[in-house]
Amino acid sequence: MHAFNYHRPSNVNDAAALAAKSVDAKILAGGQSLVQAMKLRLAAPTDIVDLGTIKDLAGIKVDAKSVTIGAMTRHAEVEGSAEVKKAIPALAALAGMIGDRQVRNMGTLGGALANSDPAADYPAAVLGLGATITTTKGTHAADKFFKGLYETALRPGEIITSVSFPIPKRAAYMKFKNQASRFAIVGVFVADTGAGVRVAVTGAGPCALRLAEMEKALSAKFAPESVASLKIKSDGLNADLHASAEYRAHLITVMAKRAVEAAMK
Amino acid sequence: MAVKVSMKVNGKAVSEEVETRTLLVTFIREHLHLTGTHVGCDTAQCGACTVSMNGKAVKACSMLAMQAEGADIMTIEGVAKADGTLHPMQAAFKEHHGLQCGFCTPGMVMNAVDFATRHPGASEQEVRESLEGNLCRCTGYHNIVKSIMAGSKAMAGK
Ligand SMILES: Cc1cc2nc3c(=O)[nH]c(=O)nc-3n(C[C@H](O)[C@H](O)[C@H](O)COP(=O)(O)OP(=O)(O)OC[C@H]3O[C@@H](n4cnc5c(N)ncnc54)[C@H](O)[C@@H]3O)c2cc1C
Ligand code: FES
Ligand code: FES
Repeated sequence: MHAFNYHRPSNVNDAAALAAKSVDAKILAGGQSLVQAMKLRLAAPTDIVDLGTIKDLAGIKVDAKSVTIGAMTRHAEVEGSAEVKKAIPALAALAGMIGDRQVRNMGTLGGALANSDPAADYPAAVLGLGATITTTKGTHAADKFFKGLYETALRPGEIITSVSFPIPKRAAYMKFKNQASRFAIVGVFVADTGAGVRVAVTGAGPCALRLAEMEKALSAKFAPESVASLKIKSDGLNADLHASAEYRAHLITVMAKRAVEAAMK
Repeated sequence: MAVKVSMKVNGKAVSEEVETRTLLVTFIREHLHLTGTHVGCDTAQCGACTVSMNGKAVKACSMLAMQAEGADIMTIEGVAKADGTLHPMQAAFKEHHGLQCGFCTPGMVMNAVDFATRHPGASEQEVRESLEGNLCRCTGYHNIVKSIMAGSKAMAGK
C-alpha cells in the first residue's frame, strides 16, 4: 500500500471539504473494498478521509412511508434491524446475503453504493425500490445514480449521507451467488410499489439496471407466470469465467420468477 | 505520515506511533507481537485474521489500524482466562478435534464466539452459513461445525 495522509473529521461538512481539497483524496467507510484496492495498488489515494467517527451518518429511521438508512450503517445492522425486517423484509434479507459475517460487520450502505461494483447487492434494492440518495450536495433519484462500471452520479468530494427507501406493498430479492466470493452472479429485486412494479437486476450488466419488459408484464399481473417465459436478450450482459452472457440472461428470468413467488408469500 | 493509534487490546490500553497505512493485523502481529492472529490470504477471503472489535468479528487484514482507534479489540490471546482455563469455545474445538494444522483456528474461534453470543441455539445449517468468511484447508469443516455446536451450548450454560 502506498503512503497517504489520514484525516478523521468530526462532521460531514469537514469531511466534504477535506475530500474536495485534492483529486486524489478518498473517502473511507468500512474499507472492505477500498483497503483491498489500496493493498493491490489499484487505488493510491494521497489522502484518506475516514467517516468512521461521524456519529450522525449511521442509523436507521422508519416512518409510515419509508425506511431511511445512514450511509455509515453497517450491513449487519440492517440485516438485524427489527424495524427494517418489519417494514421492508426484502431489504434486511438482502443485507444478510452480502459477503460473510465479518464483511457485514464492517461494510456500509454508502460504501456499497459509491463503489457501484457490478455484482453488488444494494444497488438492486436502491433501483428496485426507487430509493432517493441524499448527499452533501443534494439528492439523487435511484434511476439516475448508477452510471456504469464502478461509476455513479457522485461528483468528486460528494459524500452520501443517507438513503431513503419507499416502503413497497411487497418485494423480494433473489440472488444466485458466486460460491466463492458470495457476490451476485445475478440478483433480481422485484417490488410491487402500489403504483406499478419495479424490477432491478445486479450482476448482469456494468451496473444495476431495470427491466422494462418484466415490469410491464408484472404490472399487468403480479404472478410468476408473467415472467417465467420472458426471454432476456444476452447482448451486452457480463461474461466472465463464472458465467456466460447467455447463462446470465437465463438466470435473470429464473431469479425474477423466484423473486415474484417469494414476494407473494 | 506517522500517527498515534490507541486502543484496548485484550483488556490492556495500548498506544503506538504507526505509519497511516498500517493494517490492524500488522499492528497486532508486528507492533504488539501477538502472533496468534494469522494472515492466510491477505485478500479478505480466509478469515484467519479475524479478531473481535467491540464484540463483533472483523477481518483485521481488511482495515487500517486507525479504523480501530479507541476500540476494544480482543484477539485469540485474550479469549482464555488469565489462569489458562480455556474458553468454552476453545475447549469444544479441543474436545471435538475442530482443528488439524491449526492455522485457521484462531479466526474460527473468534468468529464462532461472536456468532454463538448473537445466535444462541443456532441450527447446524446456520452454523455452516456462519463460516462463509472462514476457510479451512484441513478439516473439511465437519468437526469445526461439531465444535461450534458444542461450544455454543457450553457458552449458553447448557
Ligand atoms: C470477502 C468479501 C465479500 C464481499 N461480498 C459482497 C457481496 O456478496 N455483495 C456485495 O454487495 N458486496 C460484497 N462485498 C463488498 C462489501 O459489501 C463492501 O463493504 C462494500 O462494497 C463497500 O463498503 P465499505 O463501507 O467497505 O466501503 P469502502 O471500502 O470504505 O469504500 C468503497 C468506495 O466507496 C467510497 N465511499 C464510501 N463511503 C462513501 C460515502 N458515504 N459517500 C461517498 N463515497 C463513499 C470510497 O471512497 C470508496 O471508493 C464483499 C467484500 C468482501 C471483502
Ligand atoms: S488474512 Fe484476512 S481474510 Fe485472509
Ligand atoms: S486446521 Fe488447517 S487450515 Fe484449518
